[in-house]
Amino acid sequence: MLKTALVLDLVGVTKRFAAPNGASLLTAIDRVSLDVRAGEFVAVVGPSGCGKSTILNLVAGLDRPSEGRILLNGVPVEGPNPTVGFMLQKDLLLPWRTIVHNVEFGLEARSISRAERRQRALRELERCRLTDFAQSYPYQLSGGMRQRAALARTLAIEPAIVLLDEPFSALDAQTKLILQKSFAQTIASSQITTLLITHDLMEAVIMSDRILVMSERPGRIVEEIPVDLPDRDNPMARISAPRAREYVDHLLASLHLQEKAAA
Amino acid sequence: MEPASRPTQPVASDHPMPAPATGLGSPTSIFVGSLSFGLLFLLAWQFLPPALGVPSYIIPTVTDLAREFTRMVQRENLMVHVVSTVTIATAGFVIGSFLGAAMGYVLGMSVFIEKVLSPYILGLQIAPKVAFAPLFIMWLGYNAWPKLLVTVLVVFFPILVNVLQSMKTIDRDLINLARAYSMNRLQIFWKIEVPASMPALMAGLRIGATLAVIGVTVGELVGGNTGLGYLITFGEGQANTAMVFNAIVLLTLVGIVLYGAVTMIEARVLHYIPRAMR
Repeated sequence: MLKTALVLDLVGVTKRFAAPNGASLLTAIDRVSLDVRAGEFVAVVGPSGCGKSTILNLVAGLDRPSEGRILLNGVPVEGPNPTVGFMLQKDLLLPWRTIVHNVEFGLEARSISRAERRQRALRELERCRLTDFAQSYPYQLSGGMRQRAALARTLAIEPAIVLLDEPFSALDAQTKLILQKSFAQTIASSQITTLLITHDLMEAVIMSDRILVMSERPGRIVEEIPVDLPDRDNPMARISAPRAREYVDHLLASLHLQEKAAA
Repeated sequence: MEPASRPTQPVASDHPMPAPATGLGSPTSIFVGSLSFGLLFLLAWQFLPPALGVPSYIIPTVTDLAREFTRMVQRENLMVHVVSTVTIATAGFVIGSFLGAAMGYVLGMSVFIEKVLSPYILGLQIAPKVAFAPLFIMWLGYNAWPKLLVTVLVVFFPILVNVLQSMKTIDRDLINLARAYSMNRLQIFWKIEVPASMPALMAGLRIGATLAVIGVTVGELVGGNTGLGYLITFGEGQANTAMVFNAIVLLTLVGIVLYGAVTMIEARVLHYIPRAMR
């Protein structure tokens, strides 16, 4: 088959942690298998505490799986990997650096010249429409702009895959919509492979090609839903599509949220 | 590389409410208020004690102090004492800050050493450091070294504790971000931990600046024959109240200058933090 097109491949990945009491082991995720193809946008949804962020830490190489294999472009992940870019709810911009200097941060462990670093940072800022703010400090930017700067920093390392861990959840509803559109455009125009972790069902539907539904802890993948909607680069167009609503309803049912609300 | 179209003041998201230009809250009226209070206080000092029959060897008036000040400059080599106090306070502050910060970073880097040493650090932190002054004099004699050592010791701990605390409370996600970008321990230290500790270090330096003056004063009170602290004991021996008052005022001024210098450094180092949040 087309194995070469797989950017990320998780095969039967289990992660156990020592419980706070130290005696027993907590299983965060249990035999998770998933794959992301080149240029694909995959969203992972699930209840809180289902191990979504554990997956992210494993793929980023910050943590090692207890069982199973994680392959990035066919190569096993064995530690922090320069081809993975990740973004959290917090922008994690360094307040003492200017925006352009922040974008350069991810390139500083690499052996490239100062001039090239600056050039690449400015290119990413242009792509994220922040050129005018290159010399500003983070506190001078709004929350949405700071997240865009964080995306620019993530893209500057030219990652094979971008991991987004609830990057919009700290923003107000309108900023969120604008930023989702901005991210979708940037990601689509540069054909970046993306794994989005979110608890926002509508966000998963309007931004992704495929949705993976996880169960409560221990987290397993219980359903896979291909999103068959046009306009992946324009979440604002998708949000008003009647079929988007159907997908959300389907996810609500899949996560048994109605029953939980009634209980 | 300065983009030509860069706006001078981009988006101000966290700026404080502007102060009212007039009325009670305006900067001018606050300044005028402070100044009037100070003048009122000096006037009360000048005229109230004589009016209440308090003799000038208990509370000398402001003009008494001014007269005594001139005499101290002419007869007591006041400037030599001032220079001695300023030199030892500054040197002790710089050395104590440097050692305290270095120790804070070392302990912050090693959880093991920190845990092993923490009860002793706590103990030394509680111990009254100025009480060591007589001991240092017995060891080192009546010279500048005991004073310097007390000052260093007094400054050392608050800075150590502040730096260590900031190292321990640093955002784990920032460290993980640096790790994900394949940075090594040393890079994480210089690029994340040191800059992130600057606000705490600066707060420690501010405390240290005020403590340095206390340290040097105690050192001079206990031993030696130079410095403003020595002039206090000297004045006390002669029942010269005005001299004691003047020495206290000058010591306060030394402290204010040292504190002001730290504040200026802080404003430069922490320029990236909006003023209202500092």
